Amino acid sequence: MPGNGDDQRVHRLSRRAFIKGAGAAAAAARLIGAAVPLPAVEVADNSSPNPDGAIAERLGPGAVTIELKVNGAARKITVEPRVTVLEVLRDHLGLYGTKLVCDRGACGACTIHLDGHPVVACMMLAVDARGHEIVTIEGLGTPDRMHPVQAAFVQADALQCGFCTPGMVMSIAALLEDNPSPNIDEIKRAVAGNICRCGTYPHVFNAALAAAKSRGAKPKGGNA
Amino acid sequence: MNRFEVVTPRDLPNAVKLLSGRNHAALAGGVDLLDLLKQNIVAPQSLVNLKGVGAMDAIETDESGGVRIGALVKLSEVAANPTLRERYGAVAEAAAQAATPQVRNLATVGGNLLQRPRCWYFRHPDVNCLKKGGDRCYAPGGLNRYHAILGGGPSFIVHPSNLAPALVAFAASVKLIGPGGERTLELERFFTLPRIDPTRENVLDTGEVLIEVMIPAPAPGAASAYLEAREKQSFDWPLVSVAAIVVSDDTHLIRDARVVMGAVAPIPWRSHEAETALRGARLDSSAAARAAEVALKPAAPLSDNGYKVPIAKALVRRAVLRAGGIETA
Repeated sequence: MPGNGDDQRVHRLSRRAFIKGAGAAAAAARLIGAAVPLPAVEVADNSSPNPDGAIAERLGPGAVTIELKVNGAARKITVEPRVTVLEVLRDHLGLYGTKLVCDRGACGACTIHLDGHPVVACMMLAVDARGHEIVTIEGLGTPDRMHPVQAAFVQADALQCGFCTPGMVMSIAALLEDNPSPNIDEIKRAVAGNICRCGTYPHVFNAALAAAKSRGAKPKGGNA
Repeated sequence: MNRFEVVTPRDLPNAVKLLSGRNHAALAGGVDLLDLLKQNIVAPQSLVNLKGVGAMDAIETDESGGVRIGALVKLSEVAANPTLRERYGAVAEAAAQAATPQVRNLATVGGNLLQRPRCWYFRHPDVNCLKKGGDRCYAPGGLNRYHAILGGGPSFIVHPSNLAPALVAFAASVKLIGPGGERTLELERFFTLPRIDPTRENVLDTGEVLIEVMIPAPAPGAASAYLEAREKQSFDWPLVSVAAIVVSDDTHLIRDARVVMGAVAPIPWRSHEAETALRGARLDSSAAARAAEVALKPAAPLSDNGYKVPIAKALVRRAVLRAGGIETA
């Protein structure tokens, strides 16, 4: 971190570059971050010195093997403790349905279910997800056996570019588990953390209402 | 983000021992911590995992009629808790309006109170501002539309916690455990102004862990309200928030009042001026408007944040009326 001369540096930053750097548009920060070479992975064992038994567990900083329950299956992965749930899903398990957009918990594109509740996968360390049930969009339904919310999105034309869609679907699926017949305000609150730059919100709300209705007709779909 | 280990201590005293060392950071919900790590604002070698080391995850009613909220309780649990919703409405509402549903299911009460400010100079990895140990705060001569209008200087951050104004309004305390043992501090005294130390927002010592928030029983006849104004309605950091408590009788005679503003100052800003103006008055729109006027009288806006003054006045007025059972348009 610079001490002197940093004043000058601030003034050289353009307004746009400055606001990007501050995380308001964190996708930019992500690109910068991705350019930083990662240190070589050293697979360490989990048993560092613990003479007086003061420590129940010590993980890392090297990669450690952990087990996560994802879409009903136990999955073993070897990752550094700094790795997020989102990185595990996409980079280690090939579950690309959970999207990486802002990487700061502000857009909702990476929404998954943790023990049935919607959470942002980008703001949770993978080691913290041990012992919890993770469900991703892939676990909610398949093209052949769609979850009622997925089917309703197709019916209501509730997507344009589709990037926010998995997160939207996960948020609404979680809402319907808690509240099978939500009103429009409850639906809006449930997707308040999901940003759609195409502006598909009206169709998303219609899809949510339709999914609630169709679920009312037949008890429960998918394994969420 | 730097590399770090994640250590789970056997119990709280061992957590304190670990956190007393250099380059350790406490890990609870991890939401603000991960944000700071990803922005390279902090680079601890070791995260001390507080989950599973003590209870800290319950909301309990105590003998004196008050409520204890464990530091690891999630914001979504605060928002949904029936006791808090019924007796401490402003607290539940502040939690319900914080962040997004997906963040509220991860973020904890302790983390909400201890999160670092959202100031874009502070959050920028390439700016070494006063708060990060640099030699100046860039807000006064820079982009300051989200900065402090009260209590600023030499740093002009606003405190980022939604819960804090509501908890201060209810005279909550925090229980801290540290190398020197346990201590309990009124939340109002826990937060500290930048003129005392611009690098910090509170008086948590090295090695100390915030383990619990205690809210005393509200006075008979007390009712509360929490309101915030934002640029984006779905979710956003508030431009201004107000928590108000009014203790009144059937004739709207105000026996006591608390008015605390958020997002206007480096700490939750309690307006003694507004409280004095309300005490003994009969609550109506002109009494609420007077309280709002005196609450914002000390405001000293920067170049771009003067708009916060009328917003804060409107919210103080509406929050006081709503707490007193008078609905406004």
